[in-house]
Amino acid sequence: MGYHQKPQYLSKTLEQDLLLPRVLVLRSPSVPSFFFSKSHLQAHFHLVDPLDSPEPTHSFLSRHAASVLALLCVASTRVSSETLSLLPSLKLVVASSAGLDHIDLGECRRRGITVTSAGQVFTEDVADFAVGLLIDVLRRVSASDGCVRARLWAEKRPFPLGVKLGGNRVGIVGLGRIGSEVAKRLIDFGCSIAYCSRKEKPSVPYPYYSTVSELATNSDVLILCCSLTKETHHIINKGVMEALGKEGVIINIGRGALIDEKELVKFLQQGQILGAGLDVYENEPHVSQELFAMENVVLAPHAAVYTLESFAALQELVVGNLKAFFSNKPLLTPAQLE
Amino acid sequence: MENHQERSDHRSQDLPQVLVIKPPPVLTLFEDKFISSKFQLLKAWESTLPLDQFLTNYAGSVRAVLCSGASPITADIIRLLPSLQLVITASAGVNHIDLTECRRLGIAVTNAAGVFSDDGADAAVGLLIDVLRKVSAADRYVRNGLWPVKGDYALGSKLGGKRVGVVGLGGFGSAVAKRLEAFGCTVLYNSRTQKPSVPYPFYSTVLELAADSDSLIICCGLTAETRHMINREVLLALGKQGVIVNIARGAIINEKEMVECLVRGEIGGAGLDVFENEPNVPEELFGLDNVVLSPHRVVFTPESFVAASELVVGNLEAFFSNKPLLSPVIYE
Repeated sequence: MGYHQKPQYLSKTLEQDLLLPRVLVLRSPSVPSFFFSKSHLQAHFHLVDPLDSPEPTHSFLSRHAASVLALLCVASTRVSSETLSLLPSLKLVVASSAGLDHIDLGECRRRGITVTSAGQVFTEDVADFAVGLLIDVLRRVSASDGCVRARLWAEKRPFPLGVKLGGNRVGIVGLGRIGSEVAKRLIDFGCSIAYCSRKEKPSVPYPYYSTVSELATNSDVLILCCSLTKETHHIINKGVMEALGKEGVIINIGRGALIDEKELVKFLQQGQILGAGLDVYENEPHVSQELFAMENVVLAPHAAVYTLESFAALQELVVGNLKAFFSNKPLLTPAQLE
Repeated sequence: MENHQERSDHRSQDLPQVLVIKPPPVLTLFEDKFISSKFQLLKAWESTLPLDQFLTNYAGSVRAVLCSGASPITADIIRLLPSLQLVITASAGVNHIDLTECRRLGIAVTNAAGVFSDDGADAAVGLLIDVLRKVSAADRYVRNGLWPVKGDYALGSKLGGKRVGVVGLGGFGSAVAKRLEAFGCTVLYNSRTQKPSVPYPFYSTVLELAADSDSLIICCGLTAETRHMINREVLLALGKQGVIVNIARGAIINEKEMVECLVRGEIGGAGLDVFENEPNVPEELFGLDNVVLSPHRVVFTPESFVAASELVVGNLEAFFSNKPLLSPVIYE
């Protein structure tokens, strides 16, 4: 199941191209291609791309991007205040990832630059992936698959029993759209839901805890669905993991730095928590080596959004936001800048 | 060492014996649950005698047998148990019991249908997510150190919007369907008979179901009719993007044909907890990243095993008290 892009060979003239609105594209070379559908965008916009030039980005921007109004930030390419300072005319940053922590939102706010997010294009896929990771950890799906492939089935019978999913108290850290979708799914698996969030949400039927520690004390599973900010950095620390306890499971589909990864490794090594399903890490793509040997851990390569469908929806959304901007229409997914 | 003989001599002659040829996993793990004032276990596997001789010598008055997939109740076995009136299995499946012969002789059969429905449904949906979203394949990728070297892993396929064909809509199939709906899947089904109270579209053959589905989840029992029901024709109808999940019985799928389809890329992937000749798994599957392999245990949890053991004991105690059985298998 691969992702195939049919190139659109456009027969627009140079004049036609120059009449198209200019959009600056910022992407680091390591960003996977599925985040950036060049031909799709070129049908509507004239792309200004520093990677097309041998010039260093800094001088390229100074020379070519002074009048650019819109910037497409591909995946988690950093948009720092330094970069923004080279773009005096900038009015819009279009993000194309679920998180926004790689963009200097404070500086955007100060400058009156609007930022659009990826809206809901990734929400369901991330929620599905979180549930998949949880079932995998509890029922040791990946670990067993490894045993079977190593031809150990006949030798290792009987295997240890898995953990039942229903009846688990699931604590959602951050009950935004993703957290809500995770909750909705797990209810149908017989789990009970509680959450903590910056503020309590009165319309929500689940019990609220004002601190992650209290949530952890009352949960069997913690699922991290919040964004990474100064406040949430290492929010899952030694104290929280102790509160979660030996039978506890942590699923992280947020950002690696939400968890003190060194502490997590220690807790797992000492059997002080039951297991973990991780899609994100503090130093991607490097994963703490100690985790590789653990059967009660499932490791994913930051792939919770990775479906053909979500990327197709992303491209439409990106083009939609840019078109709305250039026709002075309401943006599709403006982000709240705090 | 014939210690079972000595034990049964010293034991109260009042307690009827329940024959166990080989212990089901439930008994191995939760033996303390099987202690009862109404019966005692006659453990054939502890004897060094060949089975038929053991049965002839010691099981002549045995009225009940607790069996499992590892110790099927065939017509030959039944012939050696002249007093047999009840066959109990701790599993949902009854394909290892000669039901025709039991029916002919008026032997009742009980199973543990129902206690595995929720855990089975969790497992089936978990396997579907794993195949569509490449969870295990990506885990291998990370553990092999490939992420920093080769970059991001491949795109998977979204669950929401998928048309999922449930084959068999009993307790297990219904539990699967309910969970799939939470992911935004469209549920379709095939069953022996249409169920009027059910909101999902019914397809009268598995072939038609496959043709209209993106994924198939096998939720039915293994019978003469369902053996090799999923064959090359059905799999080709499912198609190149199609995914099949089987946690029911291996022989419902023609394994040889499925392996060929997988190797040739004629279907998109498979999540398998059961195989035709466990614990043997076709070698060709080990090289495929779009297949998730599970050693017939993804359904099991301590809770379902405890519930199964309680059901077995409940059925036995009812039987020996001449009360109605809790979970009799109704013959069709």
